[in-house]
Amino acid sequence: MSDKNKNVASTGNTVGKVTSAGGPGFGNKREDGLSGRILLKVSDLKVSYGGIEAVRGISFDVPEGEIVTLIGANGAGKSSTLRSIVGLEKPSAGSITFNGMELTSMGTEQIVKNGITLVPEGRRVFVNLSVYENLRMGAYLRNDDLSKDLDWVYSLFPRLKERHWQAAGTLSGGEQQMLAIARALMSRPQMIMMDEPSLGLAPIIVQEVFDIIREINRQGMTILLVEQNANMALKAADKGYVMETGRITLSGSGMDLAENQEVKEAYLGKARK
Amino acid sequence: MDFLSKNLPYLLAGISVGGQYALIAIGYTMVYGILRLINFAHGDIFMVAGLVLIYSTTVFPLYISIPLTIIVTVILGMSIEKIAYRPLRNSPRMSVMISAIGVSYLLQNLALYITGGLAQVYPTIPFISSPITIGPATTKVVTILTPILMIILVIGLMQLINHTKIGMAMRSVSTDFETSRLMGINVNNVISMTFVIGSFLAAIGSLLYFSNYPSVIPTSGGMPGLKAFVAAVFGGIGSIPGAVIGAMLIGIVENLIKGVGWTTFSDAFTFVLLIFVLLFKPTGLFGEAATDKV
Ligand SMILES: Nc1ncnc2c1ncn2[C@@H]1O[C@H](COP(=O)(O)OP(=O)(O)O)[C@@H](O)[C@H]1O
Ligand SMILES: [Mg+2]
Repeated sequence: MSDKNKNVASTGNTVGKVTSAGGPGFGNKREDGLSGRILLKVSDLKVSYGGIEAVRGISFDVPEGEIVTLIGANGAGKSSTLRSIVGLEKPSAGSITFNGMELTSMGTEQIVKNGITLVPEGRRVFVNLSVYENLRMGAYLRNDDLSKDLDWVYSLFPRLKERHWQAAGTLSGGEQQMLAIARALMSRPQMIMMDEPSLGLAPIIVQEVFDIIREINRQGMTILLVEQNANMALKAADKGYVMETGRITLSGSGMDLAENQEVKEAYLGKARK
Repeated sequence: MDFLSKNLPYLLAGISVGGQYALIAIGYTMVYGILRLINFAHGDIFMVAGLVLIYSTTVFPLYISIPLTIIVTVILGMSIEKIAYRPLRNSPRMSVMISAIGVSYLLQNLALYITGGLAQVYPTIPFISSPITIGPATTKVVTILTPILMIILVIGLMQLINHTKIGMAMRSVSTDFETSRLMGINVNNVISMTFVIGSFLAAIGSLLYFSNYPSVIPTSGGMPGLKAFVAAVFGGIGSIPGAVIGAMLIGIVENLIKGVGWTTFSDAFTFVLLIFVLLFKPTGLFGEAATDKV
């Protein structure tokens, strides 16, 4: 983790204003020796609800093995972006490729089969199913032995193990968030997307959630993280994008964005009136 | 003792009819559980099952007609969902309900057209129509067979729902379509499955129910369908054990009322019960407390 931060810092001052709909100039050049192969590529994505354009042509990449974060205020279009990646919304334009495969014409089932999973906003655990059954549902598309993965997620979230047979609806908010993440991991995804996992949680639990995010990433998982908690998200992320009303307005390494004056003013509690 | 021997035939009839209502009620309650839809066509599916057996026995022997009836009923239930409800998945619930009412009238009128409005004689199914003596009461085998078969089917169904992957998927879909899709569950297939189960049980129920009646007419599904629906509401719509208990209660009470000699009021009981449930406990016996969708 410490050497990762160093590597990101060494990429220098890469915060750039994104003016056009085109992607930021990251490419997959990395100076740290990691492959940086682009796993997910979003190009000129647009999502509309009726006449309202919630996402107005955004482009970004998620390199394999990295944490990429999308931050922005409420209504910026972050959830719409994640939902269209996993096929819950149909984009009105643009392309989304994963491992080179075009996802926009696929259904959710097929996208999940191809290795993407979403921890939805608001956790959405199956309240009337037990913790164990929720995990089983996470592995719905798998027919192989789950015991190793169960051991793995229970080692990441020991508190879930104690509540194996408890109905998920009786868990605390933090435990439900842990369960939602664990459930997503049970599908053995190549990339996990999380929509505001820290929403509504006590600061100490938020810290725990971010520790887990880092730990999962350290074990090799690619993560696309959407947050309003810009401070925490940018600290954890290799790369960050700032969304405002359907557009990406800033991008850069997590560290650089966290230091960026505009970001600080807008999202890190120093908002100008 | 005298009371019992006098009322035993009615009690037995009640348990039997209750079991038949239960087999229909499960279809209402399962569909509601997953789609929040009252499938108004369900009683008519039950009626169609009766007609299918009648017409198929004119061509095939019973050992072919019975499985054929079950298969046709299941396909009918599944197709109704696919054609009349699925395209309205994202429409307001009222639209789906109106579609269900439309399907109900369609089936009744189709039956009217095919039967020419004439009551169609229901065939005698050997064995289940044979007489059997229990203590002071003489009745048909079907009276005893119904509750036994119903309990076996319900236990099997509960096992399926609580202990299999498809059952887990059904429970997931009933709480959250979208998150179920995120798990890779094919929501449409799971919904089809509930219609398959509901129609299957309605077909079995129809075989048992109509063997007590001389004939089937296009509106034959109306009363048992309505009673099964009230049973499901009473038990807490969405709950399978609730539907079974509600159905048994309605079956037994309406027959005991007949036993007392108030036959005219036996149907009224069901509707008085419905009014009381809606007034005092709208969620029914085991209903979830207003965790409505959307
Ligand atoms: N299902 C929907 N129907 C209509 N408008 C929607 C829907 N979902 C989101 N929106 C609108 O799209 C915009 C972006 O929403 P969203 O993607 O949820 O933003 P974020 O996750 O950044 O808060 C908002 O203006 C929101 O009101
Ligand atoms: Mg959101």
